[in-house]
Amino acid sequence: MAVLLSKKSRVLVQGITGHQGQFHTRAMLDFGTKVVAGVTPGKGGTKVEGVPVFDGVREAVHRRRANASIIFVPAAYAKDAAIEAIEAGLKLVVIITERIPFHDCLEVMPLARSRGCVVIGPNCPGLASPGQAKMGIMPNQLFKEGDAGVISRSGTLTYEIVNAMTEAGFGQTTCIGIGGDPIIGTSMVDALAMFQKDRKTKRIVVVGEIGGTAEEEAADFIERRVTKPVVAYVAGRTAPPGKRMGHAGAIIQGNRGTAESKVKAFEAAGVPVAEYPVGIPRLLAAT
Amino acid sequence: MKFLEYKAKEIFARYRIPVPQGVVAASPADILDPPLPCMVKAQVLVGGRGKAGGIKAAESLDEARTVAGQILGMDIHGFRVKQVYLEERLDIGQELYLGVTIDRSAREPLLMASAMGGIDIEAVPHDRIYMEHIPTVVGIQPYLVRSLLKQLALPKEVGDQIASIVGHVYDLFRKEDAELVEINPLVVTKAGGVVAGDAKLVIDDNAEYRHPEYASLDQDRTPLEQEAHDKGITFIQLDGDIGVIANGAGLTMATLDILGLKGGRGGTFLDLGGTDDPGKVKQAFEILIKAAPSVILLNIFGGITKADTVALGVKQALEEMHTKIPVVARIKGVNEAQAKEMLRSIGMYPAETVEEAAELAVKVKSGGP
Repeated sequence: MAVLLSKKSRVLVQGITGHQGQFHTRAMLDFGTKVVAGVTPGKGGTKVEGVPVFDGVREAVHRRRANASIIFVPAAYAKDAAIEAIEAGLKLVVIITERIPFHDCLEVMPLARSRGCVVIGPNCPGLASPGQAKMGIMPNQLFKEGDAGVISRSGTLTYEIVNAMTEAGFGQTTCIGIGGDPIIGTSMVDALAMFQKDRKTKRIVVVGEIGGTAEEEAADFIERRVTKPVVAYVAGRTAPPGKRMGHAGAIIQGNRGTAESKVKAFEAAGVPVAEYPVGIPRLLAAT
Repeated sequence: MKFLEYKAKEIFARYRIPVPQGVVAASPADILDPPLPCMVKAQVLVGGRGKAGGIKAAESLDEARTVAGQILGMDIHGFRVKQVYLEERLDIGQELYLGVTIDRSAREPLLMASAMGGIDIEAVPHDRIYMEHIPTVVGIQPYLVRSLLKQLALPKEVGDQIASIVGHVYDLFRKEDAELVEINPLVVTKAGGVVAGDAKLVIDDNAEYRHPEYASLDQDRTPLEQEAHDKGITFIQLDGDIGVIANGAGLTMATLDILGLKGGRGGTFLDLGGTDDPGKVKQAFEILIKAAPSVILLNIFGGITKADTVALGVKQALEEMHTKIPVVARIKGVNEAQAKEMLRSIGMYPAETVEEAAELAVKVKSGGP
């Protein structure tokens, strides 16, 4: 099995009629995902890639029994879309949208938690469980079924690493792009806990970057609670302090959030850290 | 978005947070009727201005002008002083600290207060800082203010003023989409009044569309960074000489790191994003070429992005800009072979992997592969 999503997940796409929504609906269907419905207010009754479109999430859930949603709507409307999905009772919501105001996420995340809904993202590439399903924008051809769980704050860097893993024969159970924003629904620690529990996952790859203390918290959690081997990569060793390196969350503030601190924390927890992204498979080979 | 002190204090005043009287000036001649005696304070988007000589006292109008003339034009940690703020001098009894920020791990606002104000909060021992998470939707409740005041151990009249300031600060934090509101020091005057001695305000860039009135404010960007920002391109100038461009923030960071491991130094961080629009590629290259790197290192991991579309954009940009800057490129993705051929045809250096590309960039820089 994989974590969070499987062949049985019935996926809803919010913002399905937009360019991104349409393109990735096709790609998710090709991956084997059961995309059962789309939502775009005002476009109910139409179809995208053969998938019926509804005006609201409740209707889509009622008519098509959707139980997970992926959100592509623009930043200004993303909070509304996420709350609509959470309040419709969905238990998994993946927010791809980037540049959502932090204060919107400060409202959405506690609500999701109180309703027992897992939010992935925002500003993330989503989820992929090879051989099962994909809710995200990662290129389909990268993946291969296997026993490694992948957790990452990044998009294309994850593709690079997953590609290297697949080429070296290390397939994946699930790849979770947790997102590059400061306020995200599923933290590195949350994702580690999921993989620790998942029976199919035998080893874990963590891709971190500068900013915040997620990697330090992850290292602490690994030391106390994770019995499976974990390997890591940390981006931003050469990043200067005070600058946001593309991701809203990737910023060294004062002496906090540096790559050195994260690498040190991982190594102290017995997690080997690759110097190069493509060094991950070699570390996995030693697990 | 960062705010100069006087701008932040204008916003504070709108939220009924008490601030001293003051006037802002861009030249000594602009100073007509400052509050006297006053403090003349450099307005820069960087901390540590006091130690750098950016804050001085003045007793008279003449002295205020003289001091302002000394401070204006100063370089404070790389920032030129373009404005000074002349502010009523406070009769300081006690200096406190008050701040609200976002705690990433808890996913909640964090209220911080300390009786040890006036120094960097990082230097204050943890047990001397009152810290409390605020559930975003319900906001600050009275019991929190009670426990905060108890910890600060202040006289009742002062405590009442602080209680109301805390409420206003949180209100500002939420309504203005702030990442950080910090008052350090929060001054208790000898007369028993409470007033914001300094003001630090950072507003979330993602919320810029909700606050268009701040869009024109000066930020700590170089002119080229500003130009890129206006075009919607994520671009940072660094102190090396190799122009790095990649797609995705994480991959761009990793490319810079790999270049570092191979003995090179990145001069730019340019995230091309997930685009496969040749027009966008061209725009990004225009910015990059203006940064005048000795060599350009391009790293694209295209899953969805077509490699040849990116290469076409690169080719068009280089031809139109008549540049002689060599480009080392690693483009992975659909139609990779065509992309390589296209780059080779215009004298560029295609590479198989990022590591190889980084090595090649260092070699090309020092006189040829």
